[in-house]
Amino acid sequence: MTTIELIWYTVGVLLTLCVFSFLIKDNPFYKFAERLVAGVAAGYWTMLVFHTNFRDKVILTMQNGQWAYIIPILLGIGMWMRFSKKRSWISRYSIAFYIGISTGVSVPVYMYTAIFKQMSATIVPFDTVTSVLVIIGVLCSLFYFFFSKAHTGAFGMASRIGIYTLMVGFGAGFGLTVMGRVALLVQRVIYMKDYVLALIGS
Amino acid sequence: MRKQIPIYFVLVSGIVMIIQYFVPSQLSDDLFTYANDWVIVIGIFALALGIWSLLKAEFRKLRDPKEIFYAGVLLVGYFVMFFSGLKRGNLEYGSFFMTIFNNILVPIQATLFSLLAFYIASAAYRAFRARTVLATILLLTAFIIMLRLIPLGGFSSVNQTAVSWILSVPNMAAKRAITMGVGLGAIATCIKIILGIERTYLGHD
Amino acid sequence: MIFWEKMMNLDRRWIYLCIAIVVIIPAIKTFKVPVATTPEVKKVYDFIEEMKPGEYFYLGIDYDPSNLAELDPMTYSILNQAFSKDLKIVIACLSQFGVGMAETRLAEVGGKYGKKSGIDYCFLGYRPYPAICILTMGVDFRVTFPLDYYGVSLDSLPIMQGIKNLMDVKGVVDITGGNIADFWITYGNGRFGYPVALGLTGVMSADYYQYLQSGQIFGLIPGIKGAAEYEKLSGFETSGLRSIPYQTLSHAVILLFIIISNIGYFATRRRMAK
Repeated sequence: MTTIELIWYTVGVLLTLCVFSFLIKDNPFYKFAERLVAGVAAGYWTMLVFHTNFRDKVILTMQNGQWAYIIPILLGIGMWMRFSKKRSWISRYSIAFYIGISTGVSVPVYMYTAIFKQMSATIVPFDTVTSVLVIIGVLCSLFYFFFSKAHTGAFGMASRIGIYTLMVGFGAGFGLTVMGRVALLVQRVIYMKDYVLALIGS
Repeated sequence: MRKQIPIYFVLVSGIVMIIQYFVPSQLSDDLFTYANDWVIVIGIFALALGIWSLLKAEFRKLRDPKEIFYAGVLLVGYFVMFFSGLKRGNLEYGSFFMTIFNNILVPIQATLFSLLAFYIASAAYRAFRARTVLATILLLTAFIIMLRLIPLGGFSSVNQTAVSWILSVPNMAAKRAITMGVGLGAIATCIKIILGIERTYLGHD
Repeated sequence: MIFWEKMMNLDRRWIYLCIAIVVIIPAIKTFKVPVATTPEVKKVYDFIEEMKPGEYFYLGIDYDPSNLAELDPMTYSILNQAFSKDLKIVIACLSQFGVGMAETRLAEVGGKYGKKSGIDYCFLGYRPYPAICILTMGVDFRVTFPLDYYGVSLDSLPIMQGIKNLMDVKGVVDITGGNIADFWITYGNGRFGYPVALGLTGVMSADYYQYLQSGQIFGLIPGIKGAAEYEKLSGFETSGLRSIPYQTLSHAVILLFIIISNIGYFATRRRMAK
């Protein structure tokens, strides 16, 4: 590792410690790191969007003679009118374009992905104890969310099985969440360990 | 009229895009391509709105003596990235722009989220108690899942099998029911928007 | 009983200190923990392993630095495996901060194998509205990305000759920590039917076993354990396998916290009932 790389690594480690200091209590070091990352992220995003999106997709396509793009460009500029008190109504046309296209595209694919495909995968194949358990689990969980009927009698028992199934699902989610959150901390510890090793090595 | 025309446009375009899904023709495919391509272009312009809001708020904070330092930090960070990224080539690995990304943005963002590990440990200690039957089921399931990363000798294979069964049967059934419910809700919301029943996206006059 | 009451009202900073000590121990003295591989991770590994040199797949690097702990090891392993097999990769980022991460990983891993942009891989960059991008990439990459991340026209890149859209690649491997996974399943697999595999954070992965069972995804790498399994399978060790000893100790301590807090809860509850 070169000296410059080590200096930048030191900056990263110091900023890491600034954020960790929040565990003791909120303090100026933490606030400094928090505001710095917000500024750097916004600046990074601005330049990324300008070069790779605005320039490549908007300016160059117009320069290449695709004059039809003037319509979405005008609609895009209409979006900026959102900040004007007098002309904010213009942004509604741009939003309507986006909303109309995206909702129209979404309806059939959501129907297929979230409903039909899930229903068919629940029922087919229907040949093992596991598949019977899955059908019972899915149906009873759906019954639990049906609040138009009182959860009494057989319906109540089914919704009880449903909530037990849901609790198993949430428990599985919690167990995996613990692993995920701990992994975030572990990576920071490994980052700082590698820094110490690099420092000793240099 | 300022609200009516957008509502009619959403109605027409929504229905056209639904019908387009079922019509196999070149015209239908071209319509699909152009419509979505134009949405991306509009989205690129929309990205600027967030940056503008942030900068406006921070410049306003510069007038407040209590906030001036932190607003200054944010703006310095922003403009350092802005000016160092002016040339296209600076977006490549090894440039000053990317060095700041890798040594300031990445460590801070990663560390901000790593604090969650402490919070989840604290939550596990203070709140994760078997108060009811339902809480006990949740607790036991999480316990079995968390045990899989701990070597338990001969019991490890039993635990792995249990974890695999939990994830692919009851967990899968529960999440599928939720997905179907959410999917139905999303479709209903999309249809309400297309039909003009849901108009919150238009904002207020 | 007073002991248990004190334990129930323990200041959370003592818990933070315990966790901090526990994660530092393996940094000083590491140890090996066996990692068993699961079928869902093996399917992703086999998908790439069975591809022949020169074949294409799409890699989505759709995560932020906030998720890099769990998802970066997956990216490293997959890139190492793919480049060592001379596969052609089309990479895009539908998450804004993923671009910087992808550029860094491609430079590091691609540089190690002497791989060149435009010849061995095509890095497309970032676009907003992931759902719409997936739909347009299913039609033509050039609609969504007329130029690559470096500003070169896709038509002039040797790697993109004969490749029009996502139907021309063998499959999609998307590594993400957000709802972009849902978009790939809904709009990618749902609309166009191409094979999708996901690398996800631990938090999200429990929700996606249903798609694995229904066949909407063919493989799943769940969280840091999945990343460790992938590293074990591929032989390219990075921070995934290194994390497992830390995970083991942390999980053991958190389980101990849960046990202690429940014993204390029942002990104090009995006393209060009396």
